Amino acid sequence: MAESQRNIPMLEELKKGPWPSFVTQIEEMADEGKEACDQLLDCLNRSYEEKIGHWKHGGIVGVMGYGGGVIGRYNDLQDEYPAIAHFHTLRVNQPSGWFYTSDALRTICDLWDEHGSGLTNMHGSTGDIILLGTTTDELEPTFQALTEHDFDLGGSGSNVRTPSCCVGQARCEWACYDTMDACNDITQEFQDELHRPFFPYKFKFKFAGCANDCVASIARADMSIIGTWRDEIRIDQDAVREYAKDAEEGGRGDALDIQRDVVSNCPTKCMEWDGNELTIDDANCVKCMHCINVMPKALRPGTDTGATILVGAKAPIVEGAQLSSVMVPFVKMEPPYDEIKELAEAIWDFWGEHGKNRERVGELIQRVGMGNFLEEIGLEPIPEMVAHPRDNPYIFFEEYFEAEEEEEEA
Amino acid sequence: MATERRTDIGPPDYRRFLPPIVKENYGKWKYHEILKPGVMVHVGESGDKLFTVRASSPRLMSTLGIRRFAELADKYCDGYLRFTSRNNVEFLLTDESNIDPLIADLADIGFPVGGIGNAISNIVHTQGWVHCHSAATDASGVVKAVMDDLIEYFDGTTPLPGKLRIALACCLNMCGAVHCSDIAILGVHRRPPKVKHDQVNKLCEIPNVVASCPTAAIRPTEVDGHPSVEIDEELCMFCANCFSVCPALPMADALNDGISIWVGGKVSNARTEPRFSKLAIPFIENDPPRWPEVVQAVRKIVEVWADNARKYERMGDFIERIGWPRFFEMTGIEFEKEHIDDYKYAGLSYKRTAQLRQ
Repeated sequence: MAESQRNIPMLEELKKGPWPSFVTQIEEMADEGKEACDQLLDCLNRSYEEKIGHWKHGGIVGVMGYGGGVIGRYNDLQDEYPAIAHFHTLRVNQPSGWFYTSDALRTICDLWDEHGSGLTNMHGSTGDIILLGTTTDELEPTFQALTEHDFDLGGSGSNVRTPSCCVGQARCEWACYDTMDACNDITQEFQDELHRPFFPYKFKFKFAGCANDCVASIARADMSIIGTWRDEIRIDQDAVREYAKDAEEGGRGDALDIQRDVVSNCPTKCMEWDGNELTIDDANCVKCMHCINVMPKALRPGTDTGATILVGAKAPIVEGAQLSSVMVPFVKMEPPYDEIKELAEAIWDFWGEHGKNRERVGELIQRVGMGNFLEEIGLEPIPEMVAHPRDNPYIFFEEYFEAEEEEEEA
Repeated sequence: MATERRTDIGPPDYRRFLPPIVKENYGKWKYHEILKPGVMVHVGESGDKLFTVRASSPRLMSTLGIRRFAELADKYCDGYLRFTSRNNVEFLLTDESNIDPLIADLADIGFPVGGIGNAISNIVHTQGWVHCHSAATDASGVVKAVMDDLIEYFDGTTPLPGKLRIALACCLNMCGAVHCSDIAILGVHRRPPKVKHDQVNKLCEIPNVVASCPTAAIRPTEVDGHPSVEIDEELCMFCANCFSVCPALPMADALNDGISIWVGGKVSNARTEPRFSKLAIPFIENDPPRWPEVVQAVRKIVEVWADNARKYERMGDFIERIGWPRFFEMTGIEFEKEHIDDYKYAGLSYKRTAQLRQ
């Protein structure tokens, strides 16, 4: 095999150990005759020796009619590594919830073996299937092969980025709305915004079925849609007592102590346990999910379910990281999800007009002020939107009276 | 082409890929239980049981590797599988007796199972030197070294008090959005961009470059007849936003790039509110291929938490309870000038109370 001639001593070290190795994955494709993978290994080993990367900024590459979905990538040592001189990435929009059949996966594999390096990320940080590495002339043929099999490109650049969602009602009893349907519906609705950059910068949607937020929407999405409910937590008292019995019988180190592990951890202290019955003051419950998480057989979210919409999360670049903040405390999440779509479009209108280059929505809100932002998108200020009212007296009162006017009115 | 060019079709409808048991119990799951490390069962109101086996993944997968997953899915679960938001692969089984043979087959191809419940799950991470132009460190290699070391907490050999989520981003762009992780490994640059004066005006819009700097450190200038920019190095905090808009301002520098470690963030709302990770270690030199100092630092932080946290207490909740001074003492990490915020709103993080553990 070609393997024996390969000289990648640094990377050899990363084939050892119990965790699956990315080096082995690349090497397998090199052994299959993918020259690009051979040269990628050589180049990466060199990076390990020199402690620096060898990739350059992408130029403008893509497929016809789309302004995103392809990340241009060029090697800075093109003479030495011609097979990876261009090594572009295609972002392929994943199916909701990252569910596949083996046949669907093989379809992707077949077309990528034919058109690219055979390397992927399952999945990229935003959620797309990442097809990692091909040449400029293979981009359009790869795209055509993808669409023949009902796949399409995801987002990149200043557009709607590929929305993603948790597993939701497909396999989770805690999902307060159908995250997979909402994600799919919104993705289909905004295909134009997803494929053609219109915006000052990126805009991400993430759909989480409950406050556990398995897709990190509150940290990462410009619009975070997080499942919640407004009636009572469903309690099966017998099942609670079963959990308690486990604890009393002791023995197991991981047994549950209902007072210590459940009640004391409640952020609003809205629960009581008298040794026989668990009572919850639901009006004071903030739907944090802890008690439900640790007693899944005994407690379930209520049945009047929906979602909280929060806006503005982002990583540090440019003005610092932000978590999303509350815009709409509760909305029923039912097709066709008009509240979500209308709110997104209202935000885009204002952001499109007033946003600066590379300014995320969260940064725009900070720059213009949340109060002004709310006026522009047509939402009333409500106390749920703030952790507390302002604690500085520098209020921008917008109107004042002149003495003459007062007299005239009198 | 015989067929018309298709565009804007969006992703394939997920319903095509759902196993029959999921379709039948969609929205009607009652509860779940963790049966053993990496294995859980979801029980529907119908009484149906769906077993999930969660396996590790390097995220960077070859088509050969994916085909092996597909073969296992065919062999044990009628071809149905999914991936998680932390890049694990999950096999969806209806026949309980298939669980152990599947786990054995996964072990044979080198993919341990685990990462469910009070465990360390897969590390979400970025591209690093494999494929990124702005990386200050590699991603996959550091992740591999750290997970090799922490495998006992993934596969359930050593139980943990709660969940622990590790993430890695190879620069401040944070494609991995590591800023809300129990432990975040973050590549950092430490040298201001080296301006290629002969290329700035060819490759970049100078007003855009000037505007891109959050600390207004960049000014237009002319060097050897070339319109270019100059950088007030004292104002640079190495965000690399200028490099993102202008390739003629490279940031990467083998001597000065490396890794910082952050702790105590979370995205879940359970018990306490979501919060950012805070700086634990400002800088560790890149030490490929296995970054031993990073691996040791992460292990030390994990062990201090594992030995001292209360049940379900996440890293940030634990540190809040014991206080930051005690965290630095217990981990042996030195507290330095860099730990004190000096960017916008820095004062919010100053301690403004006399409530101190003396």
